[in-house]
Amino acid sequence: MTAPALSVRKMSKAFRAVQALEDVSLDVHRGRVTALLGDNGAGKSTLVKCIAGVYQPDSGTVSIDGVTHRISSPDVARTLGVETVHQNLSLIDSLNVVENLFLNREYTRGGSFGSRIGLLHKKRMSRECQATLARLGISIPSLRKPVGLLSGGQRQAIAIGRAVAWGQKIVLLDEPAAALGVEQAQRVLDLIVALREADVAVLLITHNMDRVTQVCDDAVVLRRGRKAAEVRVDQVTKDDLVAFITGAKTTDGGT
Amino acid sequence: MRVHVRAGARLRRAWARRSEDGGYRQYVVYLAFVSILAVFALMLWDDGFLSWSNLLNIGRQAAPIAVMAVGMAFALASAEIDLSIGSTVALSSLVAAAVVGDHGFFLGAMAAVGVGAAIGLVNGLITVKVRIPSFLVTLGTLGIISGIARNMNNLQSMPIRNDAFSALFGAGSLGPISSLVIWTAIAFAIGHFALHHLRWGRHVLATGANRASAKAAGLNTDRIRISALMVSSVAASFAGVLLAGRLAIGRHDLGENDLLTVIAAVVIGGTNLFGGRASIAGAVTGALIMAMLNNGLILMGLEVADQLIARGLIIIVAVALSMRTPSESVGDDVP
Repeated sequence: MTAPALSVRKMSKAFRAVQALEDVSLDVHRGRVTALLGDNGAGKSTLVKCIAGVYQPDSGTVSIDGVTHRISSPDVARTLGVETVHQNLSLIDSLNVVENLFLNREYTRGGSFGSRIGLLHKKRMSRECQATLARLGISIPSLRKPVGLLSGGQRQAIAIGRAVAWGQKIVLLDEPAAALGVEQAQRVLDLIVALREADVAVLLITHNMDRVTQVCDDAVVLRRGRKAAEVRVDQVTKDDLVAFITGAKTTDGGT
Repeated sequence: MRVHVRAGARLRRAWARRSEDGGYRQYVVYLAFVSILAVFALMLWDDGFLSWSNLLNIGRQAAPIAVMAVGMAFALASAEIDLSIGSTVALSSLVAAAVVGDHGFFLGAMAAVGVGAAIGLVNGLITVKVRIPSFLVTLGTLGIISGIARNMNNLQSMPIRNDAFSALFGAGSLGPISSLVIWTAIAFAIGHFALHHLRWGRHVLATGANRASAKAAGLNTDRIRISALMVSSVAASFAGVLLAGRLAIGRHDLGENDLLTVIAAVVIGGTNLFGGRASIAGAVTGALIMAMLNNGLILMGLEVADQLIARGLIIIVAVALSMRTPSESVGDDVP
């Protein structure tokens, strides 16, 4: 059995008096989609932000492929192969599609001098952006449009496409299909399935139990900052999951 | 007939496409420039508004404002603001004057620009590390720098007697074109290139549009904000060099009244006052508009009081037309 792609051990994080996370451990495996469930304020987004390097946990470790790392910034997380699609933080509204896809990973031209001063290779980025979106079956009317003018589904598709484009092995998704129409949400789910088929490890925060049973393999439930359950989705019912979330039922981390 | 209909439809489509990304508003500054030029040209035909010497005059007046505007565009693009540029102009003119005498024009200019860089670094570090809005930080340093400038030569102006300095930074010209105009063109070229063709420019815009998202994308937003404030200060100190060159003096009150003119020029030019969007061409055109208004209203024989009122009204109208509602918000900060 190889080490899980992502392994969190005994992670805690407090904001002043509020204990947002307490001793949370979980594993996310390659080629599997793990649901991260819990009521509002259960600590889901905090956990994701700690893994993504946006927050620094007070204690606990993050291991990637069995190696423990300190993720001191979002940049470090990305370098380690972790891409995050945050709820509201993923895209810069006033930049266009190409600029967002390549933000902080711009191609430069003009050799080593060009890369030192950061001379942008716009043509190459534009070309590769088109190719990537086409490969993922994402259709965006204009790559020159600021993404703020695109629909919610198109924006999510770009944010997820960014993770795929960079060949990341771990993708964290914070409510990617919230506030989307039925068809757009379905397209986002299709992208998640595509990620799994590409052997990516996916952690998916969601409130929607239908989505869990539809695309997730494993589920971890948080309740008031602690892990309330860790189960295989095919071994429980939707009602079980809801019971874990509300606290009507508990396990001790076993399946 | 049908041809006309088709052309009309095509125009409408082009118009719709334009309004998707910023719309006609980004062109307001150029329309304003052309219309103000036309109005003054007609009204002041007999006063020689369009004469070469008067146009050159406008260009010379606009130069320091334009250089400051290029710098300020970066500060605003990063969602910061630099209120200390006026006093930076004064201090660097004095520093240039003090150094030029013994060490020549090159070191004189370098010393002035070095002072600018240092001021920008201090502004930036306090803003980022102490977490005070740059509005307040630079309001403080505005006073401090202004005080230092006043103390430097006991409120006396310092003469500059260096022909190379004066020729290079103000009085001289290349053929029919004043060196001031050439410096403006250089500032424009550097600014435009940095904003649109360098990674740094794109990161400034990203940081200004939404700092939390930029941080989540892994950008070092602290360093970007500091560098944007430094660009503003360096530009202001170079504007100080240009004023010192034109007037052949350094003085504690040079540039003192330029702050609001510069901000108006930049904002009319289509730069978002709250970050995320900037236009260097617009900022320079805005500076030209400001200088043209100054010149035209004086030629029209308006009293100073009436000039102020007229200029204020024109600026409000131009800004109202060129400002887009800030739909891209600065975003919530990451704690």
